[in-house]
Amino acid sequence: MSHPSPASPLAAPVPPAPAGALKPPRSSSSTRGILIKIALLSIIDAIAVFGLFMLFLQESWIPFAIVLAVTVLVNWIYLTPGWLPAKYLTPGLLFLAVFQIFVVVYSGYIAFTNYGDGRNGTKDDAISTILLTAQERVPDSPTYRVTVLEQFGEYFFLVTDPEGEVSLGSADSPLERVTDFGTDSTGRADSVPGFTTLGFADLLGNQRAITDLAVQVSDDPNDGALRTPDGSNAYLYLSSLSYDAATDTFVDRQGTVYRDGGDGAFVNDSGRELIPGWTITVGFDNFVKAFTTENIRGPLISVTIWTFAFAILSVATTFALGLFLAIVFNKPNMRGKKAYRLIMILPYAFPGFLSGLVWLGLFNEDFGYINQVLFGGASIPWLNDPWLAKFSVLLVNLWLGFPYMFLICTGALQSIPEELTEAATVDGAQPWAVFRLIKFPLLLVSVAPLLISSFAFNFNNFNIIYMLTGGGPRDVSAGVDAGATDILITLVYKVAFGEGTGRDYGLASAFAILIFFIVATVSIISFRQTKALEELN
Amino acid sequence: MFEGSLTVWVDADRAGVLEDIAAQFEEERGVTVELVTKDFGAIRDDFITQAPTGNGPDIIVGAHDWLGKLVQNGVVAPLELGDKAGEFQEVAITAMSYEGQNYGLPYSVENIAMLRNVDLAADEPATFDDLIAAGEASGAEYPFLVGLDPAAADPYHLYPLQASFGAPVFEITADGTYDPTALALGNEGGEAFAIQLAEWGAAGILNTNISGDIAREEFVAGKSPFFLTGPWNLPAIQEAGINYSIDPIPSAGGETASPFVGVQGFFISSRSENTLAANEFLVNYIGTEAVQTALYEVGGRAPALLTAFEAAKSNADVAAFGEVGANGNPMPNVPAMDVVWSDWGSTEVAIINGQGDPVELWRAMVESIQSKIDG
Repeated sequence: MSHPSPASPLAAPVPPAPAGALKPPRSSSSTRGILIKIALLSIIDAIAVFGLFMLFLQESWIPFAIVLAVTVLVNWIYLTPGWLPAKYLTPGLLFLAVFQIFVVVYSGYIAFTNYGDGRNGTKDDAISTILLTAQERVPDSPTYRVTVLEQFGEYFFLVTDPEGEVSLGSADSPLERVTDFGTDSTGRADSVPGFTTLGFADLLGNQRAITDLAVQVSDDPNDGALRTPDGSNAYLYLSSLSYDAATDTFVDRQGTVYRDGGDGAFVNDSGRELIPGWTITVGFDNFVKAFTTENIRGPLISVTIWTFAFAILSVATTFALGLFLAIVFNKPNMRGKKAYRLIMILPYAFPGFLSGLVWLGLFNEDFGYINQVLFGGASIPWLNDPWLAKFSVLLVNLWLGFPYMFLICTGALQSIPEELTEAATVDGAQPWAVFRLIKFPLLLVSVAPLLISSFAFNFNNFNIIYMLTGGGPRDVSAGVDAGATDILITLVYKVAFGEGTGRDYGLASAFAILIFFIVATVSIISFRQTKALEELN
Repeated sequence: MFEGSLTVWVDADRAGVLEDIAAQFEEERGVTVELVTKDFGAIRDDFITQAPTGNGPDIIVGAHDWLGKLVQNGVVAPLELGDKAGEFQEVAITAMSYEGQNYGLPYSVENIAMLRNVDLAADEPATFDDLIAAGEASGAEYPFLVGLDPAAADPYHLYPLQASFGAPVFEITADGTYDPTALALGNEGGEAFAIQLAEWGAAGILNTNISGDIAREEFVAGKSPFFLTGPWNLPAIQEAGINYSIDPIPSAGGETASPFVGVQGFFISSRSENTLAANEFLVNYIGTEAVQTALYEVGGRAPALLTAFEAAKSNADVAAFGEVGANGNPMPNVPAMDVVWSDWGSTEVAIINGQGDPVELWRAMVESIQSKIDG
């Protein structure tokens, strides 16, 4: 309710003199203020410099540029005079950027990639992992004892084979017999003149180079190569795949070629993929999949209806009970009101998933408290019958949600001036009429936005469904994953994380964006409607 | 001189044991080991997310059935045990291998067995039918107990009974590993098991409302002579003073009722720069009898290293569970298992509760699993 002020700066272009006149009183206390400001800024700058240093070492240039720009901006804002609004808003805006905008933008980006199980790294990583796992130890080959030697920065294996023959080789030169060598007490050759012998401690500085080192046993690569996983024992390996960087292909020993199939993996002509693949952007594929996946399309209509029903009924029931209790406990001359209110708020203090698990036990058909005690040993399938399960979910959500409504209704009721009620009573209105015509509309003005946000929350109330019924009971003969209490978000979870190749973050993000649009549309429409309420005021 | 350190993700129970061996490793090898304590259940997914960024750990503790998912994501490196492989229980080595490569250093092996309350049933039953008959003759409230879930049953606990009908999840190849392309659930044995499940459900022998906790409470209260469970429930049973015996699981379908064997161990990250140190720490420090025994003492799970296992067998319970596990198969570690568990469980619920024709439900399940594996 902002009324345009007649004294706004635009309306009255007065010179900035009065603003300057307000400043002087600060001067006496400002020394301490400046010190605190400098201390805080230096802490922030110290953290930023540390972060910049780490990012520099990791060569992450984009985050480096962002951190640098933000640090400069923050220093500039707080060190230059003026810019008062910026001084107040900057911390909040930064947190908004980090915790809201970045997350939303990143999810949006993920929705356009194939990020998920089996596609979770870069192509280079995928290639090196494929090469790593392609090393197959030659069956029944012996263990060779090795000593790692170094000469002019190159590493060599000094190999003592099981027969006691000693040979030397490196990445470029296959093993060759040597005769001039020294041995340790166990008969292992451990030195050759002109070479430096490296002990375990010497190898630690360059471990990857040692474990990646492959020394061919002969000129023919098909005889295999020795590799050492520990620096003292070597085994004979043959690689089942070789990578050709020029053509970007893998070839296996049978000559089958695996090409980059454009889908974030190397595939051969018969469609077999090498694992792992890598993350690529896939355009709108995930959105197409979201609408064409059979497991979503089949139950989509019934699940959407139930999602709306669940969200609307959850809000309606919790609001009705919360409001009723708020009115009851709002009676000024009631005794022990505070204690009652405290007890009322308790369910609100429990984490939702914990309550879900507790209620799960209470609802157990044969052993639960509800059937055993309240219904005298009856066998009511609270969670195993489709309709009863829906009812149970709503009941538990009512228990969880009414304290919140109770709190906000209590607050809203107390803010309605008592005079209105008195005036109405004097005019001869009955209590019900007072409530219906005066209190309730005024209440709605302040509570309606919270009801809308409560709807949005329940629309995506994953915890309660997942913990209580897991979406079930499920009709397994129907051949779909959706159960009777599945709402959109739990169905999406099942489809995106539980099928095919495993967790598909790309698909999940696409679904999240689609659900966001549904909730946003409903919220915008509702907010428009509540504008009408505000006119009343 | 080497400045880096090994980062190891462990769960709280394992961390205490590893502290000592880490200190010894640091002293002898000059490499610091940083132990990061994490919730066991979160390790797999956090590792898959973090390893590709290059900031993940060098080593994680984990379960062998994670392996498929870890390999699929390219985050674990093969581990060459060399001659050391022969020093471990065979089932542990089989479990830690995936497509012919070994990936992990196993430290424990566990499986379920049939617990019998000797005061209620004096003799070990030969078949599952005998067991039910003995259970009913005992006059106890339940002839037999197994913990299930109202929404997901428990394919893990029911698997030995299913296996006795000759229906493993995937075909088992000659070298003892699974062929993830050949689903074996749908064979004749599987359908016979489905029919049997429905009968057990109708007779009240299986009840999906009896959760694991309820089953333990009822067994501890002496309300049943038989309880199909693992070593994790032993402490409660011992505390209650139940006079128990650990028996092999009797066959229901004629073949051996082999339980799933779960193996726990350590894996090395494929992004680790400390490959030598990590290998050394696992093979020559974690893979020693002293450490394997210490890990067994803190977790109660039978050690994977044979010498440590033999020593632990002085405890009769470990020996008895180990004997049952000798007939077991490792739980499949292929990534497709995530898909299998969910359909498998909800179908078992439907069959036990008589919600349709058992064979038709079973076939629908096999079809659904197959279509999801095919993608």
